[in-house]
Amino acid sequence: MITSFVLKALDRNIVWVTALLLVIAALVPALNLMTAPDHPLHIPTYIVSLVGKYLTYALLALALDLVWGFCGILSLGHAAFFALGGYAMGMYLMRQIGARGSYGNPLLPDFMVFLNWKELPWFWYGFDMFWFAALMAVLVPGLLGFVFGWFAFRSRVNGVYLSIITQAMTFALLLAFFRNDMGFGGNNGLTDFKDILGFNIQSNGTRSALFAASAIALALSLVITSGIVRSKYGKVLIGVRDAESRTRFLGYRVEHMKLFAFTVSAMMAGVAGALYVPQVGIINPGEFEPANSIEVVIWTAVGGRGTLIGPIVGAILVNGGKSIFTAAFPEFWLFALGGLFVVVTLFLPRGIVGTARQVIERRREYRKVRQAEAARAIAAEPQAAE
Amino acid sequence: MHARLIHRFLQCLLVAFCLTVTLLATDLRAADDLRTMVNALGGGNFQQNQKQVEALAKTGDPRIVPALEALSEGDLYQRKADGTVFIVKPAGSNFTLIDAVTGDAAGEEAKAALEKIKVNNGLRRTIRAALGGLTLMSPDTGVRLQAANTILRTPSADALDGLDAALAAETDGTVRAVLEKARAASVLVSDRPVDEKKAAVATVVETGGRDSLSLLSAALATADESLRPDIEAGITKIEDRQALWAAGQNVWYGLSLGSVLLLAAIGLAITFGVMGIINMAHGEMVMLGAYTTFVVQQIIRTSFPGLFDWSLAIALPLAFLVTGVVGLAIERGIIRFLYGRPLETLLATWGVSLILQQAVRSIFGPTNQEVGNPSWMSGAFDLGGMTITWNRMWIIVFSLAVFAFLLFLLKRTPMGLQMRAVTQNRRMASSMGIRTPWVDALTFALGSGIAGIAGVALSQIDNVSPNLGQGYIIDSFMVVVFGGVGNLWGTLVGAFTLGILNKFLEPYAGAVLGKILVLVLIILFIQKRPRGLFALKGRAVEA
Repeated sequence: MITSFVLKALDRNIVWVTALLLVIAALVPALNLMTAPDHPLHIPTYIVSLVGKYLTYALLALALDLVWGFCGILSLGHAAFFALGGYAMGMYLMRQIGARGSYGNPLLPDFMVFLNWKELPWFWYGFDMFWFAALMAVLVPGLLGFVFGWFAFRSRVNGVYLSIITQAMTFALLLAFFRNDMGFGGNNGLTDFKDILGFNIQSNGTRSALFAASAIALALSLVITSGIVRSKYGKVLIGVRDAESRTRFLGYRVEHMKLFAFTVSAMMAGVAGALYVPQVGIINPGEFEPANSIEVVIWTAVGGRGTLIGPIVGAILVNGGKSIFTAAFPEFWLFALGGLFVVVTLFLPRGIVGTARQVIERRREYRKVRQAEAARAIAAEPQAAE
Repeated sequence: MHARLIHRFLQCLLVAFCLTVTLLATDLRAADDLRTMVNALGGGNFQQNQKQVEALAKTGDPRIVPALEALSEGDLYQRKADGTVFIVKPAGSNFTLIDAVTGDAAGEEAKAALEKIKVNNGLRRTIRAALGGLTLMSPDTGVRLQAANTILRTPSADALDGLDAALAAETDGTVRAVLEKARAASVLVSDRPVDEKKAAVATVVETGGRDSLSLLSAALATADESLRPDIEAGITKIEDRQALWAAGQNVWYGLSLGSVLLLAAIGLAITFGVMGIINMAHGEMVMLGAYTTFVVQQIIRTSFPGLFDWSLAIALPLAFLVTGVVGLAIERGIIRFLYGRPLETLLATWGVSLILQQAVRSIFGPTNQEVGNPSWMSGAFDLGGMTITWNRMWIIVFSLAVFAFLLFLLKRTPMGLQMRAVTQNRRMASSMGIRTPWVDALTFALGSGIAGIAGVALSQIDNVSPNLGQGYIIDSFMVVVFGGVGNLWGTLVGAFTLGILNKFLEPYAGAVLGKILVLVLIILFIQKRPRGLFALKGRAVEA
């Protein structure tokens, strides 16, 4: 069953992109580690981290595309799942600091010593083990997505209402994580990480490994998403997107379909967050900002919602543009981003990949029509000569 | 005939002149008497001076107050040359002299030429009692009130006689209340019989307030057994009443927050509720309104300072116009291409909000701008045990006025009729000859304009910065969704419910946790009633 699932998932485009991602996962670290700094093909470490960050963003955008592009649920709270995954990883990294913190407490992270806490809160137990943190980075966002989705879809909250309450959800979490008594470092979040799985988090090798992990995770998620979308279930999902009531009247349990997609998407966002945090070295409540979630939506929209490759392209393009833009004209970045929202929704509703695909298909059809016309002309010619 | 009239007139003049002279003379004589009495202070010893002060107090003349105050401060000196008494102020090696009776400047004199009139504690006490009595009898209500409050703060048995006399003469209600309380407070510290003290406790409990509580607790420490239960019961009574007032104050804060929410959400109720358009740039419209107020105030400050109290009245129509036009431009330029695609509208308007924010940041800078309160909006007044600030008060009134205006517009005008028709059935309305695109544009402009005038009001209580709008957008959506879409009454009820709920959760859960709880409650509430409190009833299946 799994083989058929994977085989169905792999159409030509997906194969190409997956292969490309895997090649990058091997090549970039190799070029970073094995070439001398003055070698023309050398990739500096900061680029590796930067692109690694984009790849986690791409994974987040892909997660959003699964629910928005294929199921019609516009979630304005996906940054919350991303941040929760990030916090899970951040807690592990915090515990790894151990006695090397400024206060030298072997058990408590610095901010807890600062707040005069005497013992570790219960929800910090187990985060000294990597496997547990990794599991939590998937399970906690998944659980939140499941509970939230279960409530929302069961009572048929949909459309803009759903968008608004997902936004309220991430806003509530933002406020909650800002509180010091929550036990997640309050305002400052979690930072000053030292090492991960025993490797120094600042070293080139670790950074390259994290890059490779991000690329592989993205490739894997791409195959999984593609499998979901191309399965029979995925067809129903698209049915829900295009005609929810009709799908329900046909006898499908629409809320179950949506709930599954939403939960899977939340888990993927959690993975993205967990890979993001060690590469940027900090996680704070700012990641819960509703504005962040909306930005994810625009990456997806720019690349093309409802295509699997679009979100990846969009996330990398928009963030690359942001890096260049904010360095060159910091004043104008918000103008550019705002303009992007307007232009994409007005003129490019299918996004870059969607529009490109449409153009290619049109040309193919046009060619077909021309060939058919030519054939007819040839067939008609003898009669005309007569 | 003429001659007689003129004669009469002259007679009148003469009489008037004589009268004036007589009056002046008596006045002068009184001043002379006073001066003699004040000058007499110079020669006497302490006991004589005490008698002299009492005699001065008996005159009941407010003019002696400065002299007595100066005496108790040690600023009253006698000139050695002629025995005249002056109030002095040191000026280098000399003294500046001030006439002790009239308060006029009277030149300078070398320090050596003057002799200080000595004062001891006994004399000071006499002066204080005399002054208390004098100021309590002052013709000026403000002075009397201040004197009564002074005694209330430092009650003493000595003041009782003065208080009784003052109470007998007092006609002003406010002063009388304070006097009664001051008398009760003084009785409590005196050695009067228990019955009288019980009555005093009752008086203090009756008036209530924080100061009564401290008065009673102080009295409890020294009271004897028979009085103790009375005081304890009194303290509980006051505390109960204070708790009640605290709840009242909470309701007030809730109403105030609710009015702010209502203002921010009501424009959204039009665009989202009536048209079904998600306008994420709504908060930025509020922000533009606030900045319009700022600009208007800047112009008034530099060019027409006299008009400052009118600045809000001027800003109001301007803000409506500015944001209305911006809204119209957004609708015509962007939103009309996106009807029927609510999620895309959401994204496009979010983009607009980013652009507007950055534009304002580029023009005015990222820092907070100072918007002043006109005089009629600053300050506060007390209502029972609550303090009510005028700006909050006016904002509640204003929000209700805006609400009433919108309701009238929707229910009683042709434009409102068309708007409702388009909401209910766009195609049918169109067939009836209503120009639906124009109705859409005007409705959107109206919603934006209302957001702009909300901005004028919010500029009075919030920081005017480019981020002003972002703080309101989620809350206003919550209000509209909670209250029910397409129903202005729902928005009203929703705003005040959320406001009061927030303020009642705050004392128990803290401000942030309270807000989170409210958000969670709304999310759960939406489960139960997905279309809000006041849902429009309909049979349509959602597309």
